[in-house]
Amino acid sequence: MSAWSELASQRLPRSEGPWAWLAAGSVALSLLMLGGLLLLIAVRGLGHFWPAGVVQLELEDGRALAGRVVRELPLEQGERERLYYTANRDLDGQVWHWLAVSDIVASERPRDLLVLERRFHGEFIGRLVEVGSVDFPDPTSTATADWNALQASLAELQALRSERDRLRREQLRPLIQQLDADPRDAQARRELAAVNERVRALQHAMQGKVAILESADGRRLVQPLDEILRAWRPNAMTTGEKLTAWARGVWRFLSEGPRDGNTAGGVWPAIFGTVLMVLLMSLLVAPFGVLAAVYLNEVAHQGRLTNLVRISVRNLAGVPSIVYGVFGLGVFVYGVGGSLDEWFFSDELPSPTFGTGGLLWASLTLALLTLPVVIVATEEGLARIPVQQREGALALGATRFETLTRVILPMTVPAMLTGVILAIARAAGEVAPLMLVGVAKLAPQVPVDAEFPFLHLERKFMHLGYHIYDTAFHGNDVQAALPLVYATALLLIGVILVLNLTAIFLRHYFRTRHGYVPRQ
Amino acid sequence: MRSTLPISIPSRFQPAASGSIIDFPAEASCFQVEALSLAYGGKPALQEISLRVPRHRVTAFIGPSGCGKSTLLRALNRLHDLNENVSHEGRILLEGQDIHAPEVAVDELRRRVGMVFQVPNPFPMSIYENVAFGLRLQGGLTRRRMDDIVEWALQAAALWDEVKDRLRASAWSLSGGQQQRLVIARSLAVRPEVLLLDEPASALDPISTLKIEELIRGLKSQLTLILVTHNMQQAARVSDYTAFLQEGELVEYAPTDILFTNPTLRRTENYITGRMA
Repeated sequence: MSAWSELASQRLPRSEGPWAWLAAGSVALSLLMLGGLLLLIAVRGLGHFWPAGVVQLELEDGRALAGRVVRELPLEQGERERLYYTANRDLDGQVWHWLAVSDIVASERPRDLLVLERRFHGEFIGRLVEVGSVDFPDPTSTATADWNALQASLAELQALRSERDRLRREQLRPLIQQLDADPRDAQARRELAAVNERVRALQHAMQGKVAILESADGRRLVQPLDEILRAWRPNAMTTGEKLTAWARGVWRFLSEGPRDGNTAGGVWPAIFGTVLMVLLMSLLVAPFGVLAAVYLNEVAHQGRLTNLVRISVRNLAGVPSIVYGVFGLGVFVYGVGGSLDEWFFSDELPSPTFGTGGLLWASLTLALLTLPVVIVATEEGLARIPVQQREGALALGATRFETLTRVILPMTVPAMLTGVILAIARAAGEVAPLMLVGVAKLAPQVPVDAEFPFLHLERKFMHLGYHIYDTAFHGNDVQAALPLVYATALLLIGVILVLNLTAIFLRHYFRTRHGYVPRQ
Repeated sequence: MRSTLPISIPSRFQPAASGSIIDFPAEASCFQVEALSLAYGGKPALQEISLRVPRHRVTAFIGPSGCGKSTLLRALNRLHDLNENVSHEGRILLEGQDIHAPEVAVDELRRRVGMVFQVPNPFPMSIYENVAFGLRLQGGLTRRRMDDIVEWALQAAALWDEVKDRLRASAWSLSGGQQQRLVIARSLAVRPEVLLLDEPASALDPISTLKIEELIRGLKSQLTLILVTHNMQQAARVSDYTAFLQEGELVEYAPTDILFTNPTLRRTENYITGRMA
């Protein structure tokens, strides 16, 4: 008997027949599928940030191309086809090229191939010819590529940029505020003009340099340095450098706003919007859910009507989420929001303030959506409290209210948090209702800032789930957006995980405080 | 406290089928139960029970399961109020006052009549907070006074020496017997006049049981104790008077030594000698 079969026979006695194997098999299958899905999302999502090498190709028909291999598919008769990302939208008009492998005559990885991430027209793949002044660009220059000069110029540019931002932040803004307070302050006015002049000078200096670039097929391009976000030579990078670049890429994805119609850049506003919306939702749903459960379980007469309400609440959990979205749009946005606008923001009309989708309405709608979950979890928690605890408190002269608030509710906190965890898990992944009540494709302003009242509940916000949907189906370049979709999906899973873990740790804290362990 | 009590006065409420029912003068009684009948949703659980419980004594209620002894005990501090299906007739007087009278606040009644349950039920708080729970409900105590009362209660429950160094530890970290003594301390802290004990030692090991029994005997100088127990040896060991209930009726009520050695009725004798099914 082998060790394996010995182990198997120990764990699964013969007498249990095929059922044990069936059960174990389905668990294994579920785990496998789940793990596979997570792995796919993680690999595709995180792989996007890896500075992959670029190849220079020579084709049978004499064309030359440079780009990254994206994927390879088999064609008929053993032929294979590869998808190359060649960038250079401003030169070629298209950035994706399907090429038959047999058409490729030569393929090499020259170290001087350069990749630029630019503010306009996406990436550039090619060679650097010269870094020159904007006034006399010489597109016919024969100078050799000077990578170090480009790096130095970019660093110089970055220094200018941060100096400008510092001036704006530290001098311009206080002066403008001062002038707002007293428009006749001549001294401030003069200072403002001086600072403005310096900012303008800095900006002029920033626009002063261009790079002359050459694509793989020899066409040239004058690229203002100011529009270059990053430059790298993937074929010349060591693994360590690539790892650093990868980490920086991930960080930029997490900390920056989206660019190019959501097909590039980061998702920070969406992370912020998702977390803020879920937190607001939890703040709204927890008190209402707990109060409702307390009423149903502790106050209401336990009769047929209470049971009917209970069953209805459980059934509400099964209503499609889009129905909640429509309800939120009709009642919260148009009904409540419209009235608020008429009463308090009438001078802004006809442009709506609260009468349009926003953070508050989205949170309220999701709170409504997740209310049954919290009610059910809290009710079950209340029902689990041993009757001796109640009687113990009552026998000490506590009123029913004191018993509830001092003994029963503290003991029910873990169950309430279980409800909130389930609510978070459901709400954070919900997209359909949000599309009706306040999510935006692009809302670079996060709903929290330094401006009174700091939390802007009426603002539209970005959401990771909606961002996935938008990038995947509404972008102008689906191929470019695809890795971002995977990355965003991974991030959404991560955000939900973090939110849930927070709640789970909180629950654990409340459970173990004073060593309370439910008795068998 | 009174040093002597009259022991055998014929009852005014004595039903025909009953054995001897001991009676006490009203002024020596803490509780006077008068013709109490109680039903759960129409199903009778107690029938015309009349008895008086003497002050500063230990009175035990014994009888087979379902005889109504716990029901009777829980009627004494109106714990049945929680159950809408319970209906009752007759009166219960505590120190001469009807406990169901409208002017009686049920929480005040329960403070005066404490209760200890079968399963130790400390709250999920620290040892200190458990004992202070009832005091905090009343409020108006200084920190120092609260500390004093907590210490006094824990000493009265013979638990102080075991927990004085870990008052902030969880009450759930104590053993079962310690938990039960903590619950007794918690009840004592609000200075009740009566302590109802519903099979307080049935979930405990023999040594813990012994400690609880010693405690019960020691506490009667301070308050009246009423004990419900399955264990007849326990009733014999700790109680001064014993009432035997069967099928919702009070069968016999006598000084403990008399009831256990010389019961007037055959069915009492059968029960205490274990000849009853």
